Amino acid sequence: MIEVLYFAWVRERIGTPRETVETDAETVQALVDQLRAREPRYAAAFQDLSALRVAVDQELTDFTAPLAGAREVAFFPPMTGG
Amino acid sequence: MRVRVQADPFDLGAEANAFVARQKGAQAGAIVTFTGIVRDIADGLDVMEIEHYPGMTERALDAIIDQAHQRWPLADAFVLHRYGRMHVDEAIMMVATAARHRKDAFEAAEFLMDYLKSRAPFWKKEHSAQNAAWVAAREEDETALNRWSD
Repeated sequence: MIEVLYFAWVRERIGTPRETVETDAETVQALVDQLRAREPRYAAAFQDLSALRVAVDQELTDFTAPLAGAREVAFFPPMTGG
Repeated sequence: MRVRVQADPFDLGAEANAFVARQKGAQAGAIVTFTGIVRDIADGLDVMEIEHYPGMTERALDAIIDQAHQRWPLADAFVLHRYGRMHVDEAIMMVATAARHRKDAFEAAEFLMDYLKSRAPFWKKEHSAQNAAWVAAREEDETALNRWSD
């Protein structure tokens, strides 16, 4: 079980800010593949991973990151603060 | 306090004065503040909406401030960033740095700005009467980070 969070247009495209996902994915990439297979809205949101950033347990990382022991994964576009 | 993330507007003068006051005795001869203000857009901006990632936002800003302290001999550094809805000419965020000399204070303030623009989890959405669009990250914001990598 892992909490998956979405922000900005990723949240809008998927239609929810967060959900609990039952998964055996060992990496972020494997989780993305499982989500893509769910429904077209996920496939649309994860179409181009170069347009996305990912954080595992609130630390920026990349799509090859392992999920062992992770509680929270967040997907979002490049950040635009300041 | 090094980081504050809030929806409410803030009083730049009061924040700057509070930052100066807490440097008493620190031999901080130089204090720099930067403030980001909501700009208008071609369509006419009704509302600037800023989304953030509660929890990660504070951690990311704190980590960026740690890095600034490692790179420059700072007496203090502070970041205040708003989220939620704001209008043209309102202040979005501010950074303040204090150091013995101005070069360190200026450089650290620029470093904090460059990093928080593309490494702190904030996303801007511009609402006009006709349209609402997420602001795209700019290539030059990413390249601005390169000058700090050595």
